[in-house]
Amino acid sequence: MSAVMISRKVRKWEKLPGKNTFCCDGRVMMARQKGVFYLTLFLIIGTCALFFGFECPYLAVHLSAAIPVFAAVLFLFVMAMLLRTSFSDPGVLPRALPEEATFIEMEIEAANGNVPSGQRPPPRIRNVEINNQIVKLKYCYTCKIFRPPRASHCSICDNCVDRFDHHCPWVGNCVGKRNYRYFYLFTLSLSLLTIYIFTFDIVHVVMRSVDDGFLSALKETPGTVLEVLVCFFTLWSVVGLTGFHTYLISLNQTTNEDIKGSWSGKNRVQNPYSHKNIFKNCCEVLCGPTYPSVLDRRGLMRDDSPVSASSAAPSSSSSSSLSFSNSSKPAPATVTTRTTAPLIPNEHTPDDAKPSIDAPAAPGRSPEDHLPAPSFIPPLASPETDAEASVAKDKNH
Amino acid sequence: MLARIAVVAQYRCAAAKGETSSMAETHSLQELQQPVVSTKVFIQRDYSSGTLCKFQNKFPTELESRLDRQHFEETIQTLNNLYAEAEKLGGKSYLEGCLACLTAYTIFLCMETQYEKVLKKVAKYIKDQNEKVYIPRSLLLTDPIERGLRVVEITVFEDRSFVPTS
Repeated sequence: MSAVMISRKVRKWEKLPGKNTFCCDGRVMMARQKGVFYLTLFLIIGTCALFFGFECPYLAVHLSAAIPVFAAVLFLFVMAMLLRTSFSDPGVLPRALPEEATFIEMEIEAANGNVPSGQRPPPRIRNVEINNQIVKLKYCYTCKIFRPPRASHCSICDNCVDRFDHHCPWVGNCVGKRNYRYFYLFTLSLSLLTIYIFTFDIVHVVMRSVDDGFLSALKETPGTVLEVLVCFFTLWSVVGLTGFHTYLISLNQTTNEDIKGSWSGKNRVQNPYSHKNIFKNCCEVLCGPTYPSVLDRRGLMRDDSPVSASSAAPSSSSSSSLSFSNSSKPAPATVTTRTTAPLIPNEHTPDDAKPSIDAPAAPGRSPEDHLPAPSFIPPLASPETDAEASVAKDKNH
Repeated sequence: MLARIAVVAQYRCAAAKGETSSMAETHSLQELQQPVVSTKVFIQRDYSSGTLCKFQNKFPTELESRLDRQHFEETIQTLNNLYAEAEKLGGKSYLEGCLACLTAYTIFLCMETQYEKVLKKVAKYIKDQNEKVYIPRSLLLTDPIERGLRVVEITVFEDRSFVPTS
């Protein structure tokens, strides 16, 4: 077999490290496990379909035609925000290229001086003063960079994400600097939609019961029962989540910082990013500038890699269709566990450098901090130091 | 030698825009032979003002023989000012945010964000600086966006086979 060398256009997303899946030739970026995201879609679309099928015809006639119209607008907004959160780049920081990684290594070695053999080198931490507070920047062994303030490494997506909030399996993506406002608007509008549907379900059943009696009213609209059930459980979790994030936004904190207790406690550093004004904090998070993606997924790779004709086809064709590599079962939990589900901490220690986590991000999973001893040791680092540093820090909480 | 660095700069610009294949075709093999890279200097981010995009103004020792401190500081300061303009929290950004929210962010399909406009200015400024200041000194400035807005990379080339013009 003679290999025909042709150069094919390789887009940068195909060569990106990390565990993301890309669709539509790099335009869509998601986490690998999407099962729970499909469940979210199904619940929202299913419940709204039942609402439009059972409630709206009756209420439009007997109450007002504005009811289905407003419901439709709200539904479209919820879907737009959900898709925007799920499909956009959360603020992934690209890994250091070899020269940059070497440069940083040399700086670290110069700063550490001569370490006697047998002794562990000090942990890789840089101290930065922000607003008169000392903030520690940790070194990421996977991405080979010192993480910017508020950035964190997500072990599920295997990327450092700027202003990392949490990895949300319900939207199938990380929530970070670029998509936090869409996530917040999604939870807010979903709360409104749930309350709206729940209210009009009750109104509908009451109105029918006045005419026909309660049980026969339920028999006429079986869909309503299902809707009320879903809405009742969704309400508690989603409204609670919205309230929690409203609280975080007013303090300009991320879920990650809240869980780790970075700014709480008397002896700890106060939040240097807060403007000390609720209105300003809200404005910055929700109406601040829209940050561009620094990943350049759709750019063409500079060196066209020559590929033999026989193998050129499969990799490019699989990219254009909506496919995912790791199909997983959706989380078995009901919607009630939503309050605990999204809060998956991401503490990156070298334990996670080669994560062996293949299980879907099931709700209520315990934090990765407590993984067993590392099986992978990065070439230029001493993993124990970072693990020790983080364990020591945990003990100080 | 200068021509080669200029070609590398143009090649990178074109690659960023996705025009790689056409660039490769129009230049001869000799011009595409990369000039020898002596070292690369990375200007790190300055986080003293928080998470704003700002680069350190400290003059790296590796460039002492090649570049004036003044030129370097001017470049970094202008870049910092441009990024500050992009991330400014003011009436304009709030208006953009609110308008976008009301249209469920579909307005960004036809409108460019403030940040994207500034990034274009930054790209133009870097190209300009490369042509006027850096390439004549066998240096090459890389747009920080290509490094995730983490560092400003300055490539130092060997072989100073020219007479400095300034």
